[in-house]
Amino acid sequence: MSHNSTMKHAEAAANFIKDEPRTNWHDETLWFVRQKRDKAAHGLPEWEQLREWASQIKQHTLSNLDNYLLEFERNAKANGVTVHWATDGADHNRIIYDIIQKNNISKIVKSKSMLTEECGFNEFLHAKGIVTVDTDLGERIVQLRNEAPSHIVLPAIHLKKQDVSDTFHEHLNTEKGNNDPQYLTEAARQHLREKFIEAELAITGVNFAVAETGGFVVCTNEGNADMGAHAAPIHIACMGFEKMIPKAEHLSVFLRLLARSATGQPITTYSSHFMKPREGQEMHIVIVDNGRSRQLGRADFRNSLKCIRCAACFNTCPVYRRSGGHSYHTAVAGPIGSILNPNIDMKANADLPFASTLCGSCSNVCPVKIDIHDQLWKWRQVLVSEGYVDSTKKAGLKGMAFLLARPGLYRFAGKMGRSVMRLFPWIVNNKLNPWYKQRKMPAPPKQSFRDWYLQNKKQ
Amino acid sequence: MKVGLFIPCYIDQFYPNVGIATLQLLEKLGCDVSFPLNQTCCGQPMANSGFASLSKSCDKNFVSNFRGFDYIVGPSGSCVLHLKEHLHDEQHPGEAEHIRKHVYELTEFLVDVLKVEKLNASFPYKVGLHNSCHGQRGLHLSSMSERNLPAYSKPQQLLNMVNGLELKMPTRSDECCGFGGTFCVFEEAVSVKMGKDRVADHQQNDVQYITGGDTSCLMHLEGILKRNGSKVKTIHIAEILNSNA
Repeated sequence: MSHNSTMKHAEAAANFIKDEPRTNWHDETLWFVRQKRDKAAHGLPEWEQLREWASQIKQHTLSNLDNYLLEFERNAKANGVTVHWATDGADHNRIIYDIIQKNNISKIVKSKSMLTEECGFNEFLHAKGIVTVDTDLGERIVQLRNEAPSHIVLPAIHLKKQDVSDTFHEHLNTEKGNNDPQYLTEAARQHLREKFIEAELAITGVNFAVAETGGFVVCTNEGNADMGAHAAPIHIACMGFEKMIPKAEHLSVFLRLLARSATGQPITTYSSHFMKPREGQEMHIVIVDNGRSRQLGRADFRNSLKCIRCAACFNTCPVYRRSGGHSYHTAVAGPIGSILNPNIDMKANADLPFASTLCGSCSNVCPVKIDIHDQLWKWRQVLVSEGYVDSTKKAGLKGMAFLLARPGLYRFAGKMGRSVMRLFPWIVNNKLNPWYKQRKMPAPPKQSFRDWYLQNKKQ
Repeated sequence: MKVGLFIPCYIDQFYPNVGIATLQLLEKLGCDVSFPLNQTCCGQPMANSGFASLSKSCDKNFVSNFRGFDYIVGPSGSCVLHLKEHLHDEQHPGEAEHIRKHVYELTEFLVDVLKVEKLNASFPYKVGLHNSCHGQRGLHLSSMSERNLPAYSKPQQLLNMVNGLELKMPTRSDECCGFGGTFCVFEEAVSVKMGKDRVADHQQNDVQYITGGDTSCLMHLEGILKRNGSKVKTIHIAEILNSNA
């Protein structure tokens, strides 16, 4: 299910926070993941060096992407894989649908691919009367609930085990009220096993595509990508074009960083290397642009394409932890989503770069050193200059800028209005002053520092 | 050493004692300090909201006030970081550059330039330190929990020189308080929740004061503490370093 909510981040976040104990639980759960990441990262003396290497390899690849993509295509074709190029999400969906029709397929399993979420693939197929079964446990849970994933690595992290129990009771006939994790996991396992066996098509994502070999790597903890791809007669792997790395040896950098950053594991349980179709199997790769070449052309935002989707920036983000993934109303939430999504649709996602305090923790955890918080700042400038910012906000800040550029007027306004903070229109411009709702104002002093200085210090 | 004292607008208007403490402390340590009288604001509130284009006149005013000093020192990591990263003046590019390179947040000035090793200060209370993000991650006033680099802290180093002070760090030593400039009103719910969680973390340590290098963070935390009738007070680090209780 994709996000089509028109609710902006601030409002959706406020709704999320209404249930404070649940917000605390969400915050603490993700903070625990962040701490596991710290432990794993701090355990490697070469951690900062690995980040630097990863960043440089990705920078180099993005600068030579045309060549590497063609090299990859050439080698993949030589391996017997069919390579497709998709301009956008619709193109991606159509390419896969053509394969489905041609082979008269009705049973599809999919392992986690945030790209198919980005392309709205499930709804697209649903409208055609075809169901695709998500096989990552978390994704299956949210799919049964007709929800979108709230996190790119932990799709159902917004749910507690009782929620899962209720969902499974409704859809998989498990005992009502039984929320024993082992019992529920076993139920999911039996349910999915059936789907794997009968699948006619397996769709997977791609974590890394290797130009020199034409092969690709898929990382999962559940082995569901392998179960799907090894059982089904057709395997389609979908990838955004930024998944490219030049050489297989570069995996030794990225595979060490990915799982440590994501969950604190030294490596994912399965790092599956796919090279060519087995005998009798068809293998396809769909390489998707969907706005990526536009982002590549934006000097300030280009290096957001270095992202390897570890979600460390989600887990560390104090705003994400307290607002939940759905408040970002996009397939990729969190800080990285807030710098990727304005490129896809500036108007619809104009709120996201403002859903941050610019604390900078995201840039610090990023294993490929994307300057996420600086890009959030830069997106704000772009969105304002393109006219995507609320007019009352604009008026308030214009007034403030006018005042602060005029020392005499600033002092006058300060004297007149210190007690009501007239100097800071973003605080009082609103009838229901949002500062005052849950916070007290500072007690206004009798004199400003300048007044004191003139009285006491000035010779 | 000629030091220009930069007192950010909200400190000037609402927290004059922070300005006074900063001035007295710098003078005690032998600096020749002047306060340029026509200063207003660094321009950060506009720029962080996406209106950097509107802060040009602010920048100009800042440059005309602060040209000609050896150093410019201000008791706010956030404002200083903004100046370092974004201060420009088309008519006086050289002077703007000089300011960008010589503007210091108070604690980094004390540690890195004045190389303070002893303070005649006393503050016999249990104090929690709030590391503000722009000071820490922007100006590198202390090591950061995310990075795998040697540990240090300039504000802690200074607080350790204060007699009687018992320093207590919260469990999450460098989590953002949620102020975030205009974020504090446009994302009111998240902002307040973040602040409440910071306050709770410090309260676990039974602190009497929460201190830090940014009055903006402290104003936000103070607002929450007062609204909830807490006895915990906020105090800027300059006031502690200048205290002679």
